[in-house]
Amino acid sequence: MARPLINVPAKVKRGQVFEIKTLISHIMETGFRFTTTGDKIPRDIVTTFSCSYNGEEIFRADLYPAISANPFFDFFTVATESGTLDFKWTGDNGFAESATAKIVVE
Amino acid sequence: MSLQTSRVAPIIGRATAVAFMLVAIASAANGADIPLDQRRSGYLDLGRDSKAMQDDDTINPATLWVQDGEALWNQKAGAANRACADCHQDATVSMKGVAARYPAFSAARNGPVNLEQRINLCRSEHQQAQPFAYESRELLALTAYVGRQSRGMAIAPPDDDRLAPFVEAGRKLFNRRIGQIDMSCAQCHDDNWGKKLAGSLIPQAQPTGYPIYRLEWQSLGSLQRRLRNCMTGLRAEAYEYGAPENVNLELFLMWRARGLQLETPAVRP
Repeated sequence: MARPLINVPAKVKRGQVFEIKTLISHIMETGFRFTTTGDKIPRDIVTTFSCSYNGEEIFRADLYPAISANPFFDFFTVATESGTLDFKWTGDNGFAESATAKIVVE
Repeated sequence: MSLQTSRVAPIIGRATAVAFMLVAIASAANGADIPLDQRRSGYLDLGRDSKAMQDDDTINPATLWVQDGEALWNQKAGAANRACADCHQDATVSMKGVAARYPAFSAARNGPVNLEQRINLCRSEHQQAQPFAYESRELLALTAYVGRQSRGMAIAPPDDDRLAPFVEAGRKLFNRRIGQIDMSCAQCHDDNWGKKLAGSLIPQAQPTGYPIYRLEWQSLGSLQRRLRNCMTGLRAEAYEYGAPENVNLELFLMWRARGLQLETPAVRP
């Protein structure tokens, strides 16, 4: 399966607000659908997403069945120090995915 | 053939068909090809957000398939234990322009093959591996990856006389009334493009960005999936994936879109 796509600027100025975009591959099966033979298709969704900046959590989201496949998050934070952004997704059936991105603050 | 179910269409289907026919007859350009300079990609009719989604690879969900395709390209497979890259090396060089000239003539099959079929032919002949199922994640991924290498290039159907009868067969299918609704592709996409069908805009059906990420599907899908959608909408029995009829239609559509820019992988509502 594809790796999550992370888009952050490589360099930002201190104090500047910058944009973070993430996209992950996931079917987000709602659990409300049935097969043609009447069997329920079990729920299989991402339930949480979080992002921390040098260890400090800056963004968190809980996901529910109404969210479409391949969830995309777009959010902003303020550049403080150079370091890493850690992204984590967890979900049904033990789904766990993570990614990191480096950022240089000038 | 089940596609001729119109002969037994119930009254209500007939009534709808008549209503649609009146719309079609009212159109001035009935039955004519769209003039070359008036052809347009469905991209131009997208909303601002969908355009942004297609334009930025880090937002376009199809990129997830392209990445998978890249991994598959370099992954050894089959009894021959070879990867696509072992013969074709760097796809960004060797596959540039390939998607723009498919479907192409295959001497072995004595007819046109589309990109998906070409990939599967390579798999079975050169890698000695099981072909991928049509519409499987793997086949879509490889097709998207190969297609991505031709983004921005003009669609250039091969100048091959052997293809001519198949293009003609595709054109016949495009103009043939099918299903209980008893309409042809051309009645919407040649004669009434730009108008509305219910709330939706009727596009010209230019296959500029396949495989596409369709928001309705929440997934990537092939041109044949899209064609089958339309056939089902006309209450016709859709041709099977990979059926010669579908390939002929693809071939005709690519010929019809010749010169337009390839956008693979595109985003559509």
